[in-house]
Amino acid sequence: MTVSAQKAADRGNRTRAQAGGRTTRTTSPLRPGRSRLLTGLMVLYLVYTLIPLVWLVISTTKTQPDLLSTPGLAPGHSFALFANIKETLTYRDGIFLRWFANTLLYVVVGAGGATLLATAAGYGLAKYKFPGRRAVFAVVLGATAIPPTALAVPTFLMFSGMGLTNTVWAIIVPSLVSPFGLYLMWVYAAEAVPQELLEAARIDGASEFRIFWTVALRLLAPGIVTVLLFAVVSTWNNYFLPLIMLSKPNLYPLTVGLTQWSNQAHGAGADPVYNLVVTGALLTIIPLIVVFFLLQRFWQSGLSAGSVKQ
Amino acid sequence: MSAVQMTSRRGWGSNRDLRGWSFVAPFLAVFALVFLAPIVYALYLSLYREQAFFGGKTFVGIDNYVDVFTDGKFWDGALRVLLFLLVQVPIMLGLALTAALAIDSGRLSGARMFRLVIFLPYAVPGVVAVLMWGYMYGTSFGLAGDLNDLLGTALRPLGGDWILASIGNIVTWEFVGYNMLIFYSALRTVPEDLYEAAALDGAGPLRTVLSIKIPALRGAIVIATIFSIIGSFQLFNEPNILRNLVPNVINTNYTPNMYAYNLSFGGQQYNYSATVAIVMGLLTAVIAYVVQLRGSREAL
Repeated sequence: MTVSAQKAADRGNRTRAQAGGRTTRTTSPLRPGRSRLLTGLMVLYLVYTLIPLVWLVISTTKTQPDLLSTPGLAPGHSFALFANIKETLTYRDGIFLRWFANTLLYVVVGAGGATLLATAAGYGLAKYKFPGRRAVFAVVLGATAIPPTALAVPTFLMFSGMGLTNTVWAIIVPSLVSPFGLYLMWVYAAEAVPQELLEAARIDGASEFRIFWTVALRLLAPGIVTVLLFAVVSTWNNYFLPLIMLSKPNLYPLTVGLTQWSNQAHGAGADPVYNLVVTGALLTIIPLIVVFFLLQRFWQSGLSAGSVKQ
Repeated sequence: MSAVQMTSRRGWGSNRDLRGWSFVAPFLAVFALVFLAPIVYALYLSLYREQAFFGGKTFVGIDNYVDVFTDGKFWDGALRVLLFLLVQVPIMLGLALTAALAIDSGRLSGARMFRLVIFLPYAVPGVVAVLMWGYMYGTSFGLAGDLNDLLGTALRPLGGDWILASIGNIVTWEFVGYNMLIFYSALRTVPEDLYEAAALDGAGPLRTVLSIKIPALRGAIVIATIFSIIGSFQLFNEPNILRNLVPNVINTNYTPNMYAYNLSFGGQQYNYSATVAIVMGLLTAVIAYVVQLRGSREAL
């Protein structure tokens, strides 16, 4: 009651401060006037952040000759965006769409599976006291200090021996483990799932798995979305692993495919397709940016849950 | 009532051990396959050496490690990433910290918009970021060329003198937003009454930042520093992709990771490559550990 009243008052102050007027409460140090200098500096940084993206969007509207002959931030002689998109999607029998589908597969199975495993394990670590629990935690956290790329070569050799290279499993299986996700879910489950609720469900005779599936998952939902989001980003952006594991263009994700297009501008039999690289790059970015905008609330709360405990 | 308490007490006892494990086991199984097994396999590989003429391999003990420590190519890359992290990490985290403090200060118009846009590059795949910047750096059709035409300068971001700074710029562009968000989230957890108490004591904005906000961020700063150090030591994507644009400027051992990669996939020297990977992993772990120790010692 008092807390929410306090929050409402805060919100009132903030709105007033944002509306331009100074708050009437002189005791509040938190609603100072706006600073033009600070805003100006931040605008400069904003411009720096946006220039490459603006350059990319402008570039996708140019033909290849225009890309090479007109200034980067100026429009080309013709508006070729739709022609570029069409060419990107149909170039070499539509391989780009194949890469897009591959990326989706790796993301759905890899990131989805990683989230499921991290959620179950985080819940298990937070809600059961079993011997070896601390050891699990120490080993998993310790492993995060090891650079993944340091493991890439031995992983490649191992997978090669198991006949997994050049299969989708070479990408999916390593994506299934997210130590960061496990950590986040452990922290989150410890606070979001009350022990009493689990006990009540047990008295009702529910099995442990059923309790997890019907009671805990719902409470863990915001944490799950956050873990899923970060797993999706890292799988979508995955480059090193597919680069070493795959040699068949049919299995490439977008990242490896795009660099291959970029590379064909050089060397023997050079066939530059700069317009396709920039258009493909834009098409690769858009889905993730949309997801981030839609799920803002989750990545913000999720990160703070992580940083509190650090 | 007492039955509930009994169950409750037993809920944390030994009879649920196996059920706890059953939730953790699937994760651990995959973890063992993709984390632990490669580490063990790399250690095994590092102790052997291929026989060029006879085939098979022989046990050589720590010879590979001795070689790595006296390998000029390895140290060339290792010192380069060290220089990179000493310069790039403070700039990146400094920008991220400044942005987080500015957004949190309540002195910005449109703070929410700033937060979103600055975070935006994190959603851009690293590969796409490198391709974009790589093209923009180009003097033939990139922005660098436009700038040179406009100002009569001779900027060559992809030239040998500038390439490391150019890579640093790409990494900074990609990760300021992510670190800003970590700092910003930590700032939001500072209780309001702490600020009010500071104001009552007559603390100005700068004093509040130095005495309340920065100390409150210490944990987040340590974590962000460790992640950034690990990231710098792993430097691979940016130089490896730019290498295709300027093969003469970036060599195959430009960073230790590129060295390990090219030893394996260019030279088939798997044993030596595994040794390079292990030494780099150890160096990273040691430095991350030292940073963490320093970070927590200053906490006391």
